Amino acid sequence: MSNENTIVMTYDVPADDFTRAGEASSNVKSKLKKMGVDPDIIRKVSIAMYEGEINMVIHACGGKIDVTVSPEEIEMVLKDQGPGIEDIELAMQAGYSTAPDNIRSLGFGAGMGLPNMKKYTDEMIIDSVIGVGTTVTMRVKMRE
Amino acid sequence: MTIEDIRLILDAKYVVGEEWKDREVHTACGSDMMSDVLAFMKDQSVLLTGLCNLQVIRTCEMMDIICIVFVRGKLPDEAMMEMAKEKEIVILSSGHRMFSACGMLYEKGLRGGPDYR
Repeated sequence: MSNENTIVMTYDVPADDFTRAGEASSNVKSKLKKMGVDPDIIRKVSIAMYEGEINMVIHACGGKIDVTVSPEEIEMVLKDQGPGIEDIELAMQAGYSTAPDNIRSLGFGAGMGLPNMKKYTDEMIIDSVIGVGTTVTMRVKMRE
Repeated sequence: MTIEDIRLILDAKYVVGEEWKDREVHTACGSDMMSDVLAFMKDQSVLLTGLCNLQVIRTCEMMDIICIVFVRGKLPDEAMMEMAKEKEIVILSSGHRMFSACGMLYEKGLRGGPDYR
């Protein structure tokens, strides 16, 4: 995915700053809009990335996000150095969450983050090592 | 119905975006859990919520939700108002509780869109 039609955007997600969570997704959303990407695709990408960004702030002390836009697809790679996911299958179940109560009172931690990310993307790969970190790769195709 | 219709039905007041009051709303969602809101993708929606923080505005931005109704008389802070204005999201504040507010809009024909599953 590297030719002259490919655009790469890189973001640092700050640790423990819940108020700022979502800035990267917001930036990607407005850039995709300017590029003239289909609104449904933009919404899918924004929601999936936003959920991922929130997860990074809640669970992993922030991290880094690379977004690659090509004529065929939009790829998001979210990489953190957090505690890792112990049981990915369990984490993928709707309603399962390890988020603390203070996060729930902020409107997140309902156990819908990962299921939503999967729902809105065409492909999602989670690569997680306990004590090392988690990398989530998501792809949304430009055409249905 | 329009955003102005919603304001009248809920006896609410404009906090941000009165200039966009004629925009059409097709569906509604009532929730304090933002991930539940994010599970529901629909055009031109209104969100009713008792949660009042910056992530509510962010969630609406991601979802293209055009209007937020804060129930139980809640009011956003400056940062939230600024973000809503920038993203062209109307904010209403109503004294009604969540259950009543949702019921009043439903009674007037506003629906929640297709089931999640």
